[in-house]
This record gives sequence, C-alpha cells and structure tokens, in this order.
Amino acid sequence: MPHSSAPPSAIEVRSTPKISVRQLNFHYGKFHALKNIDLDIPTHQVTAFIGPSGCGKSTLLRVFNRMFELYPDQRAQGQVLLDGEDLLARTHDVALLRAKIGMVFQKPTPFPMSIYDNIAFGVRLFERLSLADMDERVEWALRKAALWDEVKDKLEQSGASLSGGQQQRLCIARGIAVQPEVLLLDEPCSALDPISTARIEELMAELKSEYTVVIVTHNMQQAARCSDYTAYMYLGELIEFGATERMFFKPRRKETEDYITGRFG
Amino acid sequence: MPSVERHQPARSANTGAAGAVADRIFAGITCAAALLALGLLGAIMLTLVAGAWPAIRAFGLGFVASAVWDPAQQQFGGLVMIYGTLATSLIALLIAVPVSFGIALFLTELSPTWLKRPLGTAIELLAAIPSIVYGMWGLLVFAPILSSYVQQPLQRSLGDVPLLGALVSGPPVGIGILSAGIILSIMVIPFIASVMRDVFELTPKLLKESAYGLGATTWEVMSQVVLPYTRSGVIGGIMLGLGRALGETMAVTFVIGNMNQLKSPSMFEAANSITSTLANEFAEASPGLHQASLIYLGLVLFFITFVVLAGSRLMLARLARSEGART
Repeated sequence: MPHSSAPPSAIEVRSTPKISVRQLNFHYGKFHALKNIDLDIPTHQVTAFIGPSGCGKSTLLRVFNRMFELYPDQRAQGQVLLDGEDLLARTHDVALLRAKIGMVFQKPTPFPMSIYDNIAFGVRLFERLSLADMDERVEWALRKAALWDEVKDKLEQSGASLSGGQQQRLCIARGIAVQPEVLLLDEPCSALDPISTARIEELMAELKSEYTVVIVTHNMQQAARCSDYTAYMYLGELIEFGATERMFFKPRRKETEDYITGRFG
Repeated sequence: MPSVERHQPARSANTGAAGAVADRIFAGITCAAALLALGLLGAIMLTLVAGAWPAIRAFGLGFVASAVWDPAQQQFGGLVMIYGTLATSLIALLIAVPVSFGIALFLTELSPTWLKRPLGTAIELLAAIPSIVYGMWGLLVFAPILSSYVQQPLQRSLGDVPLLGALVSGPPVGIGILSAGIILSIMVIPFIASVMRDVFELTPKLLKESAYGLGATTWEVMSQVVLPYTRSGVIGGIMLGLGRALGETMAVTFVIGNMNQLKSPSMFEAANSITSTLANEFAEASPGLHQASLIYLGLVLFFITFVVLAGSRLMLARLARSEGART
C-alpha cells in the first residue's frame, strides 16, 4: 500500500510501540504472503488483526514469535522490533523470545498432563522454583485466567478433562504463567461457545494492563468489542490501521468500510 | 402421487428383504473370519499342550526352574533357554528403544525434507533383510569385530576385577548373549522406529506449536509433550519389537553359540535361547520325552509372549484409567 515515510500507524498511536514492524515481507515457498508491512503495536493495549481468510493476519502473528521457523519453506525478510531490538536477527535466542511472547491458538491444546503440570511446564523451562513458589505461580496464573475457582479442587486431573472453554483458559493461563510481555491470540474463540467467548473477552480487557495483547479474529464484533486498535489486512497487505473506534465508525479507506459493513466480496 | 407410490416399493425391494439377507450373510462371513482366528489360537494351544504332555507330567512346573538339559539321561529343564531368550530380548530393547526414539525424532523434527523419505525408506528396508542374512552377517562380520574391539579390550582391562571380570569372560570369539542381543536390536529397530515416527507425525501441529510457543526446545517438546501424548502408540511399537525379538530364531541361532550352560554370567559366553534350541534339536529329537520337552519349551515361549502382550494391554489400560480417574 502507498505510504509516506512514517508508517500509517504512527499517526494515531500515542503510546510507545511494543512491537514495530518495518518493511516485513513473508513467503511460503514462492507465495508472497505478507507485502511490505509497516505497523506499530502499542504497549499495554489490545490490537486486533482483522481481514478475510488468507489475508496474512495469522502469518503476521506467527512472525512475532518466529513460529514460522519450524517450517523450512517459510521465510521472513524485514525487521520486527521488540522494544527496539530486531527479533528476526539470527542472534536473538528463539526460546527466550518465545518466553517473552506467549501465544494461544485457534483450538485449545492442553498438554497430556495434569492441570497443574500444564501450567508448571512452561515455568519449569526457565525458572527453578521451590514447590511453594510453584504452587503460588500456578494459582496466580489460573486466577488471572479466571479458571482457579473451577479447577482448584482438581489440579491433579488431566488437562483434557476440562470443557473446551476451560481448556482455552487453561492455555491462556499457561501462557501467562511464564510472565511474558506480549500475548498473541490466534482466533482464540473460534472453537468456543458464546459464554466461553465472553469470558475470554473479559479476560483480555483485564490482561492488557500488564501485557501487550495482539488478537487475530474473524469476528468483527469481537474486534470492535475488545480491541483498542485494529489493523485491517487484505491479500497480504496492511490496508488500514488505527484506533478501533475510528476504524469502525470512520474508516478512511473504502476497502475497510466495505469489509466492516459486510459489503465485502 | 401415483408415481411416488410406484417408486417407493421399488426402492424398498432393492434395499429391503434382499439387502437384509445380504447384510446377514456378510456379517456371518466376517464373524466366521474372526472366530477362525480364535479357533486357530485355541487349536495351536491345545496341540502344544498335548504334544508337551509327557514332559509336563514328568517335570511339572519345575521344568522352567531347572537348568539341566541332558537328552542322554532323559533329564530336561528349560531355565537356560528361557534365560537366553529373555536376556537377549532385554538387551535388544535396551538398545533399540532409545535408538528408535532418536531415529523417529530426527525424521519428524530435525531432518531436512529431502532426507526424510530416503532415510525413512532405508530404515523400513532393514526389516526386509531376511533374518538368516542377519545371522550370517552377525557370525562372520559382526562377532569378530565385537570380539576384537569390545570383548578383548574389556577382558584386558576388567579381567582381574572380581564380579565385573566374570561379566566379560569367555572365549574371544564374540559369540553369546550380547552379540545375539545386538543383532536382535538391529532387527527390531525398523519396527519400533517406524511406529514411533508414524505416531509422532500424527501428533497435532498445534500441540507441538504450543509447547514451542512457550520457549521449549525440540528435545523438551518431544520428551515432555509428544512422547506422553503418543505413549500408547509408542508402547505398542515397543511390544511389536519385543514380540519379534522373543520369537526370532535364525539370526539368534547363528550368534548365540548354542551351548546349554548357565554357569557363567558373562555376556560373552555362549548360551542358548528357546527358539534356537528348537531349531537345532527338533529334527534329531527322538519321539518321547526329548520331543515333548522341546514342545514344552515352545509352550513356555507362547506363554512368555502372551504375558508380554497382556502386560502391555494392562499397562495401557491402567494409564487410561488413571487418566479417567482424573476426569
């Protein structure tokens, strides 16, 4: 998309950016999935990526924690700055990066272990905690994810024994437990019922005071309800980015308006 | 309306009475196939017990605890062979399980794409090598190597140490329990490795990604998340390998030494296994107690594999139940 020297987001974002994307291009083999993305994701805010399927929003999310590197034919060029440091640089330790940038996926993915160990797993990777400290950390994370009251009496049970909505909150708790700085949510509610969805949306509002939250969603209402900033993407390009309220009420670009009002395609 | 009424009976005639009969016939055939397997199992069991009866009557259960095997005196006991079978299989699993895990881990997580297929196929082809070829290779190529590069250095350095020295004693020809176990491990690796690779590949991508997403290394993801997730498949693969190791005859016969002794605990001393005893002696065994004892050995092997299989089922059921109890 055409833009001047400053990225389009810089106009509206007043808080300091947590993640700055500069001239990012992404390829799946020969397919050009992200084209010259420039974007600033503000600290301690909820930023939503919206757009039709295949527009690259999940791809962009997966660049932030370098998840794409698991697959040999995927590659990213450009810069993604986390607090001013290029996280795509080879020298950046990818395990530490992923501890700093947590991720929750489309479907709940409890590990094949107890609820307690699901939370403790990530913590054990980076910290040596005493049993008491670990208990405290697990409770803290489960409370944050609004799951504690439902599972406190069955922490030894398998994570798979929970309902879908509880499993997803377990996954969020697992992500929070390692105390990341950024939380990436890739369509976290797509497999959930409306009540579970509402709980997770409430959760996002609470989490943003301590974390920078980025959510990919297909659900426009969800983006409108729970995000502070919204990015509209289409065919691998960032079409428009701005404060959510402004984006939904006064989109500057016709494409954004068409998509938001449902006149798209 | 009339046309609909004409149409309806025509359809029900097609799928109705005739269909129901065909369904019942088909169900009967499949049921017969399933029962045939059960019947054969029972028949084989019965034949074994009948054939072994003279030996069972003569030696009772003490057969499995006696190390005497003396056709001249008509005294028979199976302890030597049972020990040989169990020890070689145990050595085989001790080597094959970690190696197979490594192979499966490499093939699913680390290998570059262009190497995956040729390497995977090569490992599966190991299973296509006839066991007699393994036996000849073991006897002519592997045993001398084992003798000169492992056994003799060990004997030189540990020979005078009590206990340890006894473990490595024996004529320096590289034949015995250890070489049989190693050959067996090579033979069961393709089975265990390909089952492990398949179940690892069936692990949902998202599950692996969530573990990677927390900052776990490949090793942590595989050992702490993928392995528990796939454990029933992995145990199944190991049992498949163990079943093969317990029953393998030809390759073991070549390298185990075929000596009915249990005096030395050495891994390099010639020994014997159930299957190689059967292969070596059955043709010459005189009808009577000798032959019956050999069949008794076969029955014991049958029992061992049965216990192994039942044990693995029980283990899986207990794992599932402890999961269930948590539910």
